[in-house]
Amino acid sequence: MHTRLPVPSDAEISALIAPHLALEGPLLPILHDIQARFGHVPDRAQPLIAEALNISKAEVHGVVSFYHDFREVPAGRHVVKICRAEACQAMGGAALAEQTLARLGIGWHGTTANGAVTVEPVYCLGLCACAPAAMVDDKVVGRVDAARMDALLREVGA
Amino acid sequence: MKIYVPLDSAAKALGADEVAEAIVAEVARRGLAVELVRNGSRGMVWLEPLVEIDSGSGRLAYGPVTPQDVPALLDGTLAGLGPVEAIPFFARQTRLTFARCGVIDPLNLRDYEAHGGLAGLRRALEMTPAQIVQEVTDSGLRGRGGAGFPTGIKWNTVLGAKAPQKYIVCNADEGDSGTFADRMIMEGDPFTVIEGMVIAGLGVGATRGFVFLRSEYPDAIKVMNAAVQIARGAGLLGADVLGSGRAFDLEVRVGAGAYVCGEETSLLNALEGKRGVVRAKPPLPALEGFMGRPTVVNNVISLATVPVIFEKGATHYANFGLGRSRGTVTLQIAGNVARGGLFETAFGMRLGELVNEVAGGTATGRPVKAVQVGGPLGAYMPVSKFDTPLGYEDFDAAGGLIGHAGLVVFDDTTDMLGMARFAMEFCAVESCGKCTPCRVGAVRGMETIDRIARGDAAAVPILTDLCETMKLGSLCALGGFTPFPVMSALTHFPDDFATRKEAAE
Ligand SMILES: Cc1cc2nc3c(=O)[nH]c(=O)nc-3n(C[C@H](O)[C@H](O)[C@H](O)COP(=O)(O)O)c2cc1C
Ligand code: SF4
Ligand code: FES
Repeated sequence: MHTRLPVPSDAEISALIAPHLALEGPLLPILHDIQARFGHVPDRAQPLIAEALNISKAEVHGVVSFYHDFREVPAGRHVVKICRAEACQAMGGAALAEQTLARLGIGWHGTTANGAVTVEPVYCLGLCACAPAAMVDDKVVGRVDAARMDALLREVGA
Repeated sequence: MKIYVPLDSAAKALGADEVAEAIVAEVARRGLAVELVRNGSRGMVWLEPLVEIDSGSGRLAYGPVTPQDVPALLDGTLAGLGPVEAIPFFARQTRLTFARCGVIDPLNLRDYEAHGGLAGLRRALEMTPAQIVQEVTDSGLRGRGGAGFPTGIKWNTVLGAKAPQKYIVCNADEGDSGTFADRMIMEGDPFTVIEGMVIAGLGVGATRGFVFLRSEYPDAIKVMNAAVQIARGAGLLGADVLGSGRAFDLEVRVGAGAYVCGEETSLLNALEGKRGVVRAKPPLPALEGFMGRPTVVNNVISLATVPVIFEKGATHYANFGLGRSRGTVTLQIAGNVARGGLFETAFGMRLGELVNEVAGGTATGRPVKAVQVGGPLGAYMPVSKFDTPLGYEDFDAAGGLIGHAGLVVFDDTTDMLGMARFAMEFCAVESCGKCTPCRVGAVRGMETIDRIARGDAAAVPILTDLCETMKLGSLCALGGFTPFPVMSALTHFPDDFATRKEAAE
């Protein structure tokens, strides 16, 4: 999904901040845009955001660290999210997740050695009537079994 | 000929896009005159991708369809399911909130109007704010987000508050496992959510709104954003709603992966760009909500139900239901179930009828062990409670809750100790951290359940005490209701907590 970018310049970051400044409560939209662009929220972004919104760096960091979505280090090129919640467990989701992590030799939030895939837990994708469910980047998949997961992982180069 | 292939995420997750592509290619190859419509889902997820063909005499259903089936589908030789609305699962529903979902092209405003859309808003525009709020009160609508609070009373509080700016916030954070009604309606009939928010705005005197939509729903985000653009272009949103001279506009805001942000005050903090910690109440969000101003926070389904209440009248809506649970409940049947999906029906159906008859029991064909109703904070209902009618008070009396009306079915291979442990783990992962019984208690809960699993019977009363502490000492229902799944598992399935102990002895 994301290509590794060189360290972003202040100008690039500020250009992503500016369009949101007129919003009521602009911080989450800013962080989403920055993460969508760079694959994570780069260190340099936090003081720039703090300055633009006239809040402290600690406040920005508090927000970045509170939400599961925001990452401070880059993920792999693709992110695979596997649902851990109850409806998926009822259909063998826990075993699927374990097998997947074991096959890749990583734990939750881990990235494969080749940098292709990061695996994240997710708690419900709203696909609970076709469980177990997963999401590869923004693409949803239902009734995932071991064979389907293998095919998905091959597609993203894991 | 019209062919309908859902764009709903569940349909996509089962291959609807590939089927749509195959249809487009095959239609082009044959040079046929076909209009392909990407509709919402009818909610029969076990049949997805469910394709409908209308050759002029009604919509015939086929499903699940694969890309390989497409030539036969177009030849008319593929075995079908008959008229889609005659499929028993669909035929026995009462569709009010979901009347258009799966029927229309979700982003076609003309299609929306042709199926009753905007009639409610036009009626509301002729009413005073007090009359609008009264209509909602008379309908008996209660919040569908979980707490079941009467919507009319909430609106009345905001109506009565004096402020330079008020807000309507649509809670589309839908984090409960086993629930997808919000997602389905946002993907399949987004204008009904928008219309409901506009009516709410007119009712309470708010001119601005937000849809706080979880990031786990990328498809719903796209459809809602597109619908907002179209609504603005058509004058449904903006400074002059349908030429009435009244203003209302809204923005879609994306969540950032925190279950607790579904709690309304945590959600407001997230919207304001703060950590999503829960605020103490009072002050109520109705008086001091977004940016400290009077704010209606309502669930997607609550708001999406408002248009039909105004279209058909409060009495029509209130005539359905049971006791103080008026209208319809948009049930979501999920997990290990033969026929999973969305089932809208008047309150009052019994749990067992729903699980065994409507849903056809488990997908694995094994006996049902338990049904978790109401999401991760809801109780595990054993089969012995299957005669409980679906109503807020009835479920409360049976030690459960309806919540956002998700049902997750489990078969007899399920380890209930494991499910209890998961409930504690989920609470620990998602706790906002504000109260100790939740933040620390959930971690202790996991450890205590692990002790039980190792055969330490003395840990059982400790778990029970801990659950009491969490119930009493938590600010919100994340810490306060996690004891429901835990204690219901322990109470109704003691064998799952005991056999290991005996085995270890
Ligand atoms: C931990 C927690 C999570 C919640 N998640 C949601 C949610 O995802 N969607 C929702 O509408 N309400 C959720 N609620 C309930 C909201 O706090 C609030 O009651 C609801 O949005 C009010 O709308 P309603 O009256 O239309 O139901 C949650 C509550 C708690 C305690
Ligand atoms: S119960 Fe848990 S989630 Fe709720 S306010 Fe307290 S710490 Fe936060
Ligand atoms: S529980 Fe896994 S998608 Fe809902």
